[in-house]
Amino acid sequence: MYNYFLAVFLMMAGFYVVIAQGNLVKKVIGLGMFQTSVFILYISIGKVNGGQAPILTEGVTSYSNPLPHVLMLTAIVVGVATTAVGLALVIRIHEAYGSVEEHDIQQRDNAEDALLEGEL
Amino acid sequence: MNPSTILQLIVVIPLLAAAGILAARRRPNLREGITLLCGAVLFALVVALATTVSWENPPVVALAQPFPGLSLALSPEPLGVLFALVASFLWPVTMIYAIGYMRKHGEINQTRFYTAFALAIASTLGIAMSANLLTLFVFYELLTLTTFPLVTHSGTAEAKRAGRLYMGILMGTSVAFLLLAVIWTFKLSGTLDFTRGGIFPLGTDRGVLGVLLLLFVFGTGKAALMPFHRWLPAAMVAPTPVSALLHAVAVVKAGVFTILKVAVYIFGMDTLGTLTSADFLAYLAAFTIIASSVLAMTKDNLKARLAYSTISQLSYIVLGAMLATSAGVMGGSMHIVMHAFGKITLFFCAGAILVATHRTKVSELDGLGRRMPFTMAAFTIGALSIVGLPPMGGTWSKWMLVQGTLDAGAWVLMAALLVSSLLNIAYLLSIPVRGFFARPVACVQDHGNPDEIKEAPLPCLLAIGITAIGCVLLFFFPDGVHALAEEIVR
Amino acid sequence: MSALDHLPILVVLIPLLTAVICPLFQNGRTAWKLALGAAWSSFAIACMLLHQVLNSGTVRYQLGGWEPPWGIEYRIDVLGGFVLLIVTSIAALVLSYARRSVEDEIRPGRISFFYAAFLLAFSGLAGITVTGDAFNLFVFLEISSLSSYALISAGRDRRSLNAAFQYLIMGSIGATFILIGIGFLYMMTGTLNMDDLAVRLPEVADTRTVRAGFAFLTVGFGLKLALFPLHLWLPNAYAYAPSVVTAFLAATATKVAVYALLRFLLGIFGVGFSLMSMPFDMILIGLGLAGILSASLVAVFQQNVKRMLAYSSVAQIGYIALGIGLASHTGISAAVMHLFNHALMKGALFMSLGAVAYRVGAMHISDFAGLGRRMPFTMAAIAIAGLSLIGIPGTAGFISKWFLVLGTLEQGWWPLAVLILLGSFLALIYVGRILEAAYFGTPKENSAVREAPLSMLIPIWILVIANVYFGLNTELTVGLATQATTDLFEALP
Repeated sequence: MYNYFLAVFLMMAGFYVVIAQGNLVKKVIGLGMFQTSVFILYISIGKVNGGQAPILTEGVTSYSNPLPHVLMLTAIVVGVATTAVGLALVIRIHEAYGSVEEHDIQQRDNAEDALLEGEL
Repeated sequence: MNPSTILQLIVVIPLLAAAGILAARRRPNLREGITLLCGAVLFALVVALATTVSWENPPVVALAQPFPGLSLALSPEPLGVLFALVASFLWPVTMIYAIGYMRKHGEINQTRFYTAFALAIASTLGIAMSANLLTLFVFYELLTLTTFPLVTHSGTAEAKRAGRLYMGILMGTSVAFLLLAVIWTFKLSGTLDFTRGGIFPLGTDRGVLGVLLLLFVFGTGKAALMPFHRWLPAAMVAPTPVSALLHAVAVVKAGVFTILKVAVYIFGMDTLGTLTSADFLAYLAAFTIIASSVLAMTKDNLKARLAYSTISQLSYIVLGAMLATSAGVMGGSMHIVMHAFGKITLFFCAGAILVATHRTKVSELDGLGRRMPFTMAAFTIGALSIVGLPPMGGTWSKWMLVQGTLDAGAWVLMAALLVSSLLNIAYLLSIPVRGFFARPVACVQDHGNPDEIKEAPLPCLLAIGITAIGCVLLFFFPDGVHALAEEIVR
Repeated sequence: MSALDHLPILVVLIPLLTAVICPLFQNGRTAWKLALGAAWSSFAIACMLLHQVLNSGTVRYQLGGWEPPWGIEYRIDVLGGFVLLIVTSIAALVLSYARRSVEDEIRPGRISFFYAAFLLAFSGLAGITVTGDAFNLFVFLEISSLSSYALISAGRDRRSLNAAFQYLIMGSIGATFILIGIGFLYMMTGTLNMDDLAVRLPEVADTRTVRAGFAFLTVGFGLKLALFPLHLWLPNAYAYAPSVVTAFLAATATKVAVYALLRFLLGIFGVGFSLMSMPFDMILIGLGLAGILSASLVAVFQQNVKRMLAYSSVAQIGYIALGIGLASHTGISAAVMHLFNHALMKGALFMSLGAVAYRVGAMHISDFAGLGRRMPFTMAAIAIAGLSLIGIPGTAGFISKWFLVLGTLEQGWWPLAVLILLGSFLALIYVGRILEAAYFGTPKENSAVREAPLSMLIPIWILVIANVYFGLNTELTVGLATQATTDLFEALP
């Protein structure tokens, strides 16, 4: 059971980082934690008490459910892709704004807006 | 031609006119020729329809079917034909007037003007001929859209403001209230066809019907019942032909026409007579009649004064519908015709004065009767018709309306009608009286000697003559109008 | 098996494989031709599939020949076929329109990649509508989402990067929530096949796990479909994305998310569980209404036209949510109908804005001044699609609004009907602002703006004409929406 609590703890921690951090890289890290917690959740679902790895072997009758593992393989790929796209975006943002702090970016956008209004 | 072909042509011809006007945009004479020709053909068709159609078994032409069991369809019916006759007769007349007015005034975007005008007429005839409430609603919205470019024609800041108010009130009330009422009606009765005696099933909750009636009447912003009347004075910023035909005849009459239709063919007079909200609306109409007459007196701008007069006269018709008596409905229907001829004459005169002298204020018209005797004489005829004095057509409709209030035993409403007539005399007849008998004034717009003022261009005078004579003829030969009105309440 | 039997997988595979091939060509023009071909063939397949579904009922296809519930099953019913038709038709039209707009807005070296991402997003969206497997749905959702983050970040304005990042964060949280929800359902039933889930769920419906799963799924889809108040990512994303992307996503992405929500709410949990035994219907109505009014109100005050219409999209999603929340046949068919009608109008509007961006280059409302004369056809398209957005009779928007109001009246909630129509009034104001600027504004001096090229105008006008056509002849839309809703209701155990 404890691994469910662990999953929830990781999830909340990740979620908190996403919300509370102003640094975009840290946000991506938080998102990664958040997603990983779900992988643990799924894998815990697949656990069968006393079950072995689902490989046909002599003398073993009780296997863990393999399906969640397979699903998580896909989900991990999705997670990696998300992180990759996220980090790529952060790099582009850094190129465009020269900062990865949400606050700075906001300020620069506002400054640009004020400039535009001035022109109009 | 059989009636159903005519019915289709009636809506198609103004559309063809619009296409022709666009095609001939580089040649003004051809453009205006097309408009006049189409107008004449249209009127002939409506007359042909009115004389050949059988009211017992009218043809129905379905155009499209947007909902299961509910189609867009056209079908002639006495009230609609009456309205169509007025609109299609006055369209070419107004176009004759417009030719003189627009050219003399050097207006911009004349092609857009004539095109939008033709489209507005198509929508008006669609309203008049609609076979059910959905069709009526569709054309009602189209009329708002097609008249919008006419209201904002000049493109000035004032015109834009007027356009916003126009759209806001007309579109807003119709989308928020009228549409709700239409859908609700459909839900309650399963049909939207105009049927004699109403369509609500027996035993429909009285309270719901009362609320529905309020939604219908307030949703019809074009009827300019207070408190949704502000758009009409604002729309006076449009060129005078627009104010004359659309904001004295087509658009506003489309509003009261809708209310009459709903009263007679959706609720049915018997049901309507039992609703408390009908009484409330009748009194509200009476209030609008008096209040806008009083407001009209305070206006120095001639067109604004006429606009408030229109608001007041429209409420006569709403009042007639809400009385739910035969005489009331007949009076209201006849008033659509009578008021149309009277008020369009007055607007034509106002426009003629504008193009001839550039004067817009009532106080500047003193003594103008000597320079523009024809225009002022026509103004007198129109004003007399609005007041309801013989020998003008307005006499009959007012007579019927008063009769209707008597039948309903509503003394207060009758008193309101009579007081309003007195107010009419005060604010309308005073203008020609001062025009003929007061000492001429000079004003800044004259650019020189006020004695050099001449009558308006010939096409304008021609149109004024036609409508003024119409006012008189309607007094002596009201039989056709009366017969159609009688057919409505039969 | 003939090729015809493989249609359900082909509709996804064709764009997916083309997406892989696209980046191999350096030449953007070739990539565009490939993408165009893929989109139109998907559209043709979607038409055939819908035809099949209407003639012979739900189409089922076992991926790789594995029997469900072990293998992944593709399953297309009327609702799925209908949404698939929306997605493919919009994709085909948007791609036909895209060439010049993309060449104008995307850096030359990136064009092939752009089309690849576009096709990926498209295949993901198409996949969601055809799959009958809950987890597969999640995968497709992520395929489409990840590629749309990339697409949005391709905008010219550097703010598009930030918008894409925000969307990525919100979208991934939403996706993870959906994943958790699916996990909970799997935990309780041991199956991922949607039909199987629908059969097995009622037995365990009264457990906290299922309810938690339900909550996670709803919030997750709520994020994806930008249900108020989870819509914060949408306005910026739509406003700063390239025109083509905005047109495509606005017309399809949120619609597909709504489809997925409907599929889970009604197809799996069933109306009884999701809308009746919990106050969820009321929540949907409340949020829908709040979305309609607040987003419309915000739209009224926007200065950037693209942003204005993005807020309008949030409001339109409110209408759809409200229709679902009514939990009646009329209400849900109104919602399904609005999926289609809103795709038509927003597709036309955002494509027209793209044409304006192509010729004028800016989206501030003052840039629209006098465009009514310089770009008459584009502006007329905006006018008609705008009228459809308001819900003027004779346009598609009127039809869905009619059914929505009818639905509220059936329940006797007429104040709700008044509020819905008030939303139309707000739409009138913001559409009016654009049109007023276009037709009455004085153009900036010396601007040599011309009408948009035909290659843009034709797809725009196809959608505009569709707006009018489906406002007058509703056999297809009303028929399909009613049929789809009936199926959803009848599928209940």
